[in-house]
Amino acid sequence: MTVHEEQTLLQTPLFDAHRGSNAKFSPFAGWNMPIQYAGVLPEVKAVRQGVGLFDVSHMGRVRVRGRDAFAYLQHLTVNDVARLPQSGGASQYSLLCREAGGIIDDIIVYRLAANEFIVVVNASNREKDLGWMRSHAAAFSDLILEDETRETALIAVQGPKAIEMVDQLSDRDVTVMPRFGLDETVVAGIPTLAARTGYTGEDGVELFCRADAAADLWKVLTGAGGVPCGLGARDTLRLEAGLPLFGHEMDEHTHPYEARLGWVVRLQKEADFLGKNALKAINDSPKKKTLVGLAMEGRAIPREGYTIFTGNQGTDAIGYVTSGTFSPTLGKGVAMARIEAAYSERETPVDVLVRDTRHSAKVARLPFYKNV
Amino acid sequence: MSNVPAEFKYSKSHEWIKIEGDTAVIGITDHAQEELGDIVYVELPTVGRVLSVDDVFGTVESVKAVSELYSPLSGEVVEVNDSLIGSEATINDTPYETGWLIKVRLKDPSEMDTLLDDAGYKSEIGE
Repeated sequence: MTVHEEQTLLQTPLFDAHRGSNAKFSPFAGWNMPIQYAGVLPEVKAVRQGVGLFDVSHMGRVRVRGRDAFAYLQHLTVNDVARLPQSGGASQYSLLCREAGGIIDDIIVYRLAANEFIVVVNASNREKDLGWMRSHAAAFSDLILEDETRETALIAVQGPKAIEMVDQLSDRDVTVMPRFGLDETVVAGIPTLAARTGYTGEDGVELFCRADAAADLWKVLTGAGGVPCGLGARDTLRLEAGLPLFGHEMDEHTHPYEARLGWVVRLQKEADFLGKNALKAINDSPKKKTLVGLAMEGRAIPREGYTIFTGNQGTDAIGYVTSGTFSPTLGKGVAMARIEAAYSERETPVDVLVRDTRHSAKVARLPFYKNV
Repeated sequence: MSNVPAEFKYSKSHEWIKIEGDTAVIGITDHAQEELGDIVYVELPTVGRVLSVDDVFGTVESVKAVSELYSPLSGEVVEVNDSLIGSEATINDTPYETGWLIKVRLKDPSEMDTLLDDAGYKSEIGE
């Protein structure tokens, strides 16, 4: 049974490389992905102190081009694409929202040229997003959407020493690239598109390359000292950095203002965009629920779905944990949680129900940790 | 290949059991700690608690996973390994020695016959 399931899972171009490094695999969004290599703790440490490498080739990559590409993305996404220079070389975090305001996915829009973009979407949402994107393409005559996920690879190089390491392998000066910048860069002879983005709370780049060059690039990066890291470490790092994950902090039943993502929605942008009217109305009305950080007072670990009560053994349930973990960097349990807005002030005491016992926590500043 | 000492008994839920007189020492197997990864938190019962077979007697957690502990035998908890609190990695390092979890005074020694021997456990975990 298991064998059969594994055969139907997708593999990234780096699958054999991971197997050669004794990675532990697990199905994730239809892909057979490395969850860990040496272990979550040493991998988190590598990213916080040196350089970690992540194969994130499972994430969807959709090239959007044509004379209408800019207008199309302005219509499709809630952030303002006009903030990216026409000459390209920049990227922005954004959202796809339904007309009613629910979040379809969170994405990054990379602008390569005036009318050429790459949109990176969550692996778990790729088919849904492609359907949504195609269904809104008809009104734009000069527009080409290409799913390049299987023809390309994406490797995240993250950590305080990541930029220096990549710079020594590159033909370009990567150190001058601004945060969210983007540049065509040859790394150890391999053509890549390097973006100064990531999902760990550390500086670093994400390297797009052709699928058939991925194994060579991975080898060069590990040879230069990059430590292979799995999705386990990635999830822990992004939570420490207060970064949301689709399906946890947000979903189609959640709007950006209750996911700490109101800043992404540019209600003032000229273009009419999908969800604009609903989001404007939501923004104008009082906020009921919001996303906060929680830090445990004791040693118990908050996990997704655990109920949150008012503090000091209060009787009212006020929300639930959307993501929780032991933070290796802070040495204690931390979580993101959606709770009633009235309790969202920093330092507010709350209780987290861990199995059958209440454990004290406080509303904490997000991110818990950030070094970029 | 994980370590499965011949002198212990095992449960299908990956606890090991060592008999010392009328007391059973209980921990989790090398295979279990390997599957969990780096253990960062453990919850154990209080001394005096009476356990029946398959009762949840505690929890071990790694960064990413929560795993419940099931009592393979019935009896009263007479000792708890408090030295693990704050040093949970001991369970990873020496699961059959200083990584033990609890000691239980056996209520019914014949329950030992329901447990797996090393060969049975090895086949259970596919080794």
